[in-house]
Amino acid sequence: MIEVRGLFKRFGANEVLRGVDVTVPKGQSLVVIGGSGTGKSILLKCILGLERPDAGTIRVAGEDARRSDREAYLARFGMLFQGGALFDSMPVWQNVAFRLMRGRGRLKRAEARSVAVDKLRRVGLGPEVADLYPAELSGGMQKRVGLARAIAAEPDIIFFDEPTTGLDPIMAGVINDLIREIVVEMGATAVTITHDMSSVRAIADRVAMLHAGKVRWEGPVDEVDSAPDPYLRQFVEGSADGPIPAVR
Amino acid sequence: MKPLAAVGRAALALLAVIGRVALFAASSLSHLVRPPFYFREFGHALLTIGWFSLPVVGLTTLFTGGALALQIYSGGSRFNAEAVVPSIVAIGMVRELGPVLTGLMVAGRVAAAIAAEIGTMRVTEQIDALATLSTNPMKYLTVPRVLAATLALPVLAAVGDAIGIMGGYLVGVTRLDFNAAAYMTNTIDFLETGDVVSGLVKAAVFGFIVALMGCYHGMNSGRGARGVGRATTNAVVSASILILASNYLLTELFFSA
Ligand SMILES: Nc1ncnc2c1ncn2[C@@H]1O[C@H](COP(=O)(O)OP(=O)(O)OP(=O)(O)O)[C@@H](O)[C@H]1O
Ligand SMILES: [Mg+2]
Repeated sequence: MIEVRGLFKRFGANEVLRGVDVTVPKGQSLVVIGGSGTGKSILLKCILGLERPDAGTIRVAGEDARRSDREAYLARFGMLFQGGALFDSMPVWQNVAFRLMRGRGRLKRAEARSVAVDKLRRVGLGPEVADLYPAELSGGMQKRVGLARAIAAEPDIIFFDEPTTGLDPIMAGVINDLIREIVVEMGATAVTITHDMSSVRAIADRVAMLHAGKVRWEGPVDEVDSAPDPYLRQFVEGSADGPIPAVR
Repeated sequence: MKPLAAVGRAALALLAVIGRVALFAASSLSHLVRPPFYFREFGHALLTIGWFSLPVVGLTTLFTGGALALQIYSGGSRFNAEAVVPSIVAIGMVRELGPVLTGLMVAGRVAAAIAAEIGTMRVTEQIDALATLSTNPMKYLTVPRVLAATLALPVLAAVGDAIGIMGGYLVGVTRLDFNAAAYMTNTIDFLETGDVVSGLVKAAVFGFIVALMGCYHGMNSGRGARGVGRATTNAVVSASILILASNYLLTELFFSA
């Protein structure tokens, strides 16, 4: 479904991605892990075409990302941004229903609102939140609104950039279950970035670890705990000693 | 060779900026004529750019009209031509000061606000989010603002013209002992349609410039609060300079014949 080959991306002298290869089959859930600043968010943005890669190919369902019609290409994606990226000029429900109220097959206002309230409930937010503005929400609530917006139009492919950071453990569990459910029930293809190993175990079919601009380790989730790779071991065990320097 | 290289670099950089702005303008015009259209955004932009600029424009032109009457009176009295006050105030306001003052005041108010708003959206990834929600940021953010400003500025300038002339009238009648009725007939008789129309065309161009600069600098905002601050400043400065430069060119165009 998603095929990334030899992806390079640099910012000035900072070579962030140096030949990343990943494949995500249709209906599977890939979790990307890796140290802070290793280019996980940039990888997703390159796939979405929000950042222009310096080299490499990206294919989604066989189509080259650069060649296909951009709006049609993006229509099948949903994305939760790391910072939420909620539209602060409109209330929560309009954020969630943004895509539903626009374009072909758009819903009426009242319908869109009820879908939005339903999606909010799925991320653990009550209907009273719908009419607040994003600035009136806590960080974790904003994150969940972003999540509701990403899944609102039921896209084929969903990217979650740190969906559970800033959430309490119970809410993180709810969100993990939700992501799993979206993949299993809606048949969506998901790529999730997370630092939280319990999320990894709950969400992933496969895991890829980014390090030094490349995929250092890739494999099914049940091999994460037994794989001998020292980089992966250090990351999973959260130890300061190992091949990954603590100052980066 | 060093100073020459520096001049060359600056010239190249300037050309690059002109090219980017021209491309941005062309792209916003091309999106203007292709659906979808965002009427709600357009209405909102019309309200914030047009309606809420009325007080600023009204006050600016009122005082300027008054001051203009005093200046022309004192200048005119040197060769016994005090009687020209009504006609010169009218022509000066309608051809030149109305549109330019409106353009500059709106540049300060609106170009800054647009650049700050869009710049913040850029920095907080809201523009990226728009794209992933199947909404073209040029269509959704730039087109409504550029269109609204281009349409609103002539109306604002017309209101500004009228208020400026009224400022001159008030000063003329109360301070300079003009006959009220004579002042009015003088004003109306001297003004020609061409004077008014050329001023309004100028205003439309200024409106386009203001919104375009706000959107361009906002969309290309640097990172963080500093980036947005710089985008805002650049938007106001570049809009103001472009307004004055294009005002000169348009004046040449309209009145050299
Ligand atoms: N617009 C940009 N301009 C310059 N450098 C950038 C830009 N965006 C990202 N970078 C750099 O790219 C690198 C990777 O950034 P990215 O946001 O992908 O990290 P990440 O893996 O998502 O980290 P985290 O887990 O902390 O979110 C960082 O070193 C960052 O400084
Ligand atoms: Mg990140």
